[in-house]
Amino acid sequence: MDKKHFKQTLLGGFVSNPVFVLVLGLCPTIAKSTNIVDAFALGAATAFVLICTNVLVSLLKKAIPDKIRLISYIIIIAGFTTLVDIFIRAYLPALNQTVGSVIPLIAVNCLILGRADSFARKNKVGYAALDGASMGIGFMIGITLLGAARQLLGMAGLSVFTTAAGGLLLLGLLLGLYNYIRSLIYTARKKRTRTLRRIKPNPFKGGKSQ
Amino acid sequence: MELFVTIIGVLMASVFSGNIVFGQSMAVCQLLGSSKKMNTAVGVGTAVLIVNVLATVICFALYRLLVYLNLEYLRIITFLLITVALVSGLNILMRKVSKRLHRSLGVYLPLITTNCAIFQVMNITVNSVLGQSYTFWQGFGFAAVYGVCMGLGFLAALVLMAGVRTKNETALIPKPFRGFPIALITAGLIAMVFAGLRFSGF
Repeated sequence: MDKKHFKQTLLGGFVSNPVFVLVLGLCPTIAKSTNIVDAFALGAATAFVLICTNVLVSLLKKAIPDKIRLISYIIIIAGFTTLVDIFIRAYLPALNQTVGSVIPLIAVNCLILGRADSFARKNKVGYAALDGASMGIGFMIGITLLGAARQLLGMAGLSVFTTAAGGLLLLGLLLGLYNYIRSLIYTARKKRTRTLRRIKPNPFKGGKSQ
Repeated sequence: MELFVTIIGVLMASVFSGNIVFGQSMAVCQLLGSSKKMNTAVGVGTAVLIVNVLATVICFALYRLLVYLNLEYLRIITFLLITVALVSGLNILMRKVSKRLHRSLGVYLPLITTNCAIFQVMNITVNSVLGQSYTFWQGFGFAAVYGVCMGLGFLAALVLMAGVRTKNETALIPKPFRGFPIALITAGLIAMVFAGLRFSGF
């Protein structure tokens, strides 16, 4: 396995987080992240479907003709979503009461189709599974954070944040915060390299500058 | 007369208070993706409206068949296949019928294959219409009305959003908030207005 590619895939879900950077798959994110348990359950279900779809698409990449690939992926995703739906109905009736109505919506999550089309169909099975796990966990973390924040704000008396409007607003604010922190880290790193370069000259550039 | 009142009620409920985007927060990715320009917004909205109407009607009829055959667990696959078939069929039809129509509407059709709004409308239609004891044609009519109203709601949301976002482009926004964050905050503020309509009794 190529080490650089491996690392890139492993960190993909955190560097390009589906919720905060790619801004994909938002419909269930906002609709059902009013408390932390529902958010986590939905995230876990989505991660499961994402991993399974990535693996299957990667295995079938030679068998699926290019022209009808989107339809094939959609059927694969719908199949796994049905699996999750039936499982939750049968074994977790309490969860079915709360998130049961949005479980079918995993099938139309653009994140899953996007990963299948942009990553899994071009890579080997191992990488595809790793990417699915990384992206899935990234999505789970994002949606759970949002759910926790909304529940906290709701308990603090700001019940507006538990509605759809508050969810959109809060996600926008969180995205802005994320961008701000990222830019801070980026400038700090840039400054550090600049100072380092001033202290000792870059050995790869040749000693002409002295 | 009673029927007329019901239809107006459904229209008001689905365009204003229970708007598919701002009331139920579905299809947010589509809202963010295609509301940068007014032309795109109108194109995507109209395409969703057309697909929505056809999809609800077809899914209503097909779901009755599924219930009859005791195959209700196949509904997710069925709904998705209906959408995909409609999208690709309409795309081919538009390209054959007129180039202009295809340019103004057809190019947006592939974008809406994985639109949560269409899927959710089908879901709601199936749940609400089949729960009551309508005859086949009554249910058919209600499904069609529901599809039209929800599609109109989506179109209205997209056009509103596009109008605000074109203003946003020239505004002076702090750097971390440019792009998606400000769009989400805008959507949140518009959604608050819609929620206010609900509390005032619309």
